[in-house]
Amino acid sequence: MSNIVVVAEVRAGKLKRPSLEAVAAGLQLAQQTGGKVTALALGAGLDAAGGDLSRSGAHQVVLADAPGLAAFSGDAWARIVADHCKQSGATAVLMAHTAMGKDLLPRVAALLDAGLVTDAIAVQFTGGKFTAQKPAFAGKALMHLQATRAPFLATLRPNNFQPASGSGAPVQKIAPAVGAMLSVVKEVTAGGPDRVPLQEARVVVSGGRGLKEPQHFKLIEELAAAFGPGVAAVGASRAVVDAGWRPHREQVGQTGKVVAPKLYIAVGISGAIQHLAGMRTARTIVAINKDPEAPIFKVADYGIVGDAFEVVPALTAAIKAAVAHH
Amino acid sequence: MDIVVCIKRVPATDTAIKIAADGKSFDTTGVQFELNAYDEYALEQALRFKEQKGAGSVTVVTLGPKDAQKELRDALARGADRAVLLVTDKWVHDSWACAQALVRWLKTQKCDLVLCGRQAVDADNNQLPPRLAAMLGFGCVTEVVKVALEGDKLTAERDIEGAREALECKLPAVISCQKGLNEPRYANLKGIMAAKKKPFEEVATQLDEPAMAITSMQLPPGRAAGRIIGNGADAVPALIQALRNEAKAL
Repeated sequence: MSNIVVVAEVRAGKLKRPSLEAVAAGLQLAQQTGGKVTALALGAGLDAAGGDLSRSGAHQVVLADAPGLAAFSGDAWARIVADHCKQSGATAVLMAHTAMGKDLLPRVAALLDAGLVTDAIAVQFTGGKFTAQKPAFAGKALMHLQATRAPFLATLRPNNFQPASGSGAPVQKIAPAVGAMLSVVKEVTAGGPDRVPLQEARVVVSGGRGLKEPQHFKLIEELAAAFGPGVAAVGASRAVVDAGWRPHREQVGQTGKVVAPKLYIAVGISGAIQHLAGMRTARTIVAINKDPEAPIFKVADYGIVGDAFEVVPALTAAIKAAVAHH
Repeated sequence: MDIVVCIKRVPATDTAIKIAADGKSFDTTGVQFELNAYDEYALEQALRFKEQKGAGSVTVVTLGPKDAQKELRDALARGADRAVLLVTDKWVHDSWACAQALVRWLKTQKCDLVLCGRQAVDADNNQLPPRLAAMLGFGCVTEVVKVALEGDKLTAERDIEGAREALECKLPAVISCQKGLNEPRYANLKGIMAAKKKPFEEVATQLDEPAMAITSMQLPPGRAAGRIIGNGADAVPALIQALRNEAKAL
């Protein structure tokens, strides 16, 4: 019997949506292997998240719920996850490709002496082998991979799998020994109630050099806000990040973040190859640029040739009206 | 304090990737290589730690082809004390195999701190630093945007989804560096001259078969051609129409 372990991420008592997507990817794999999915969460005060996980489609839920796990420690958590995987004979271990997933799963892979596919956009079990697809060169190429060691581990790109649902899988609590912690989180400072994480946002509005001065990013922020609270995030091109106008966490592209929102609006961004790599998988792309020859128009579904200072305020007003109307 | 910086040469970020004839790798013909951007922050941080301590050493290491001498020499010119080239002709795309080779070498070294870029922008694996830490039994903080030494531990900050984390980590440790951590220095003429006299070792290295083998590599599907809606603010109503009715994006 193959057992697929999905490590779920809980922050401030809340289950993160990409973890539900990871459970759904696990269920697809389980259909192919004929196995079951165990959702495993670590933390303190996991009852609410455990309830959500029991309705996620997973066959069973295991909660390592202990005061000693209130703060994330990559090394201590990895030991607990790896031990659980060994004891339960896990054939595959999945997690969302988030800051926590990127920190935790490589350590688990090392402890299990196994390979790991990060940022996978597809996982499969065919012909007795686990396979995966992942972007390389920030999406300029796509790699098809096959596991040669066991178990199979993968972190999954958010916004890429549809969450599933189920009814009341059994929830089991375990009390693992936490042990010494080499690294531990001391404090988490939220970035403000309205700040939508760039890679989770349904809409991304990005600005570039065409805005001419850092304070003109206000236009970008206003356009993002027009979509309503919690919908749109602000992005930036490498040029304006390197110029110090915007923080690096907002950079979209090869040395920044790769985003795949439903709607991507590029304002005053010419569309260097490094930038295109970071946003070309958005479902719909809108470009606003003064230069009709700008490369951004080659990937955009819809383009407006024009001055950002004239077009963006009009678009902001129109989006506000459209959202209010809806 | 003895610091090891792991670096990698990668295709320049403005490279248009072409698939090689074997269908499993990229075509290196005419490709310009450069030091992986994130590794610049790791090297700079190592140099700053050494300057701050006023003692210790900075060794820069890479697993790669002979041509990677160029990036190692550049690191020496910026201030590293010693360079080690673990020579392999294979493209290092599998983090399990890479970590095996690096850890075999790291275990022969005196080392309190390993600094890496958060990921190499070729295979984009983003997993080597925490892997190394788990194999070495070191502490680890990933994707730091701030880091400081305080006695036998370090403090660091990193950006997570919608928030910032402050962490503590015991030494010895592995740190992966994010853009924005510092402002990397460039080599000056004095540094370039001094680099010529610094120790440079080449070690023939066996790379294990990958734990994740590439069965094929492809270019991503192209996007269907879009259209210019119009010029200036007058085009906005037509754009809203298209977003609502065609794209169903509103």
